[in-house]
Amino acid sequence: MNELAPTTPNAKIANAKIAPATGWRGTVADWSSDQRAFRTVSWGKAMMWVFLLSDTFVFSCFLIAYMTARMSTTVPWPMPSEVFALEVSGHHFPLLLIAIMTFVLISSSGTMAMAVNFGYRRDRRKTAALMLATALLGAAFVGMQAFEWTKLISEGVRPWGNPWGAEQFGASFFMITGFHGTHVTIGVIFLLIIARKVWRGDFDGGRRGFFTSRKGNYEIVEITGLYWHFVDLVWVFIFALFYLW
Amino acid sequence: MSQTTSHAEMQPATEGQPATKGEVQHHPIRLYLVVWAWLFILSTCSYLVDYFQLAGYLRWSLILSFMALKAGLIVAVFMHMAWERLAFIYAILLPPTLLLVFVGIMVFESDYTLLSRVTFFSAG
Repeated sequence: MNELAPTTPNAKIANAKIAPATGWRGTVADWSSDQRAFRTVSWGKAMMWVFLLSDTFVFSCFLIAYMTARMSTTVPWPMPSEVFALEVSGHHFPLLLIAIMTFVLISSSGTMAMAVNFGYRRDRRKTAALMLATALLGAAFVGMQAFEWTKLISEGVRPWGNPWGAEQFGASFFMITGFHGTHVTIGVIFLLIIARKVWRGDFDGGRRGFFTSRKGNYEIVEITGLYWHFVDLVWVFIFALFYLW
Repeated sequence: MSQTTSHAEMQPATEGQPATKGEVQHHPIRLYLVVWAWLFILSTCSYLVDYFQLAGYLRWSLILSFMALKAGLIVAVFMHMAWERLAFIYAILLPPTLLLVFVGIMVFESDYTLLSRVTFFSAG
């Protein structure tokens, strides 16, 4: 303060003020900035995260309701590893289909992460191809889930009862996996729409959107990716808490 | 609005470093492949817990730690949370921790329900 000449220490202080602070100091500065709290996150990404946060609470309510039903029932719960076992050429594999579904969904997350990466590199073809691969893996997941539902329904599982034990098993199973499967289905549709836009070169040529009449950019690939990874994330919890309990 | 939409311009960021100046991050593809491989390994491990029919606290601790590791990898790397600013990380990741309180409440509740059922409604 006592000297106004641009000496090196003063210049350093000025630079430090311009560069955003990190850690707790940065958190306080961001929230009190009276502008945008999320300095490096666009509104599109922030809104997707807020939506995913609300979705987290919805899925958590389902899983907690399932936990409460399972912990409070006096009737034995059907053994998931037996219920979801498959016979492959004479061999008995517990949870085989569920394991394959898990690997398929994880692989789709891997291809999605790479699609986001290629999107920011403005590699139109690779981005679209990887998103298409993600959508295909997602569709395969939904297909296997339909197979699983068909198998269980033909074995007599209903939301109000099943041949093996506690009646709440069917209600929990159909509710949780059904809601998750709906999310995957919506994700596949979302992926296909955005992949088409990427393939057409909308984000390179500045083509305006049908609904918004505004130019999009490759960030929508990351936003789609956030949704898709969330679907995978929910499956991680369902796999552990519903199938492996 | 032009300010909020113009941020996705390409930013030259060095590989592996947090790109704090702009939102656009360039991580090597290898990073995603490594995380992918880890997710496969962790999933296989949790499947093996069921396959070898481990039981009790061992089963629970293994399943929950594999679950937490997988969830952490997906959120941190695939969803890029590791490279966001702390203000955003807390805004998104702090609220779900309240769910643990909810879980705690319902554990007590279901224990109580089970006790009542065993005490008053079971045959004999």
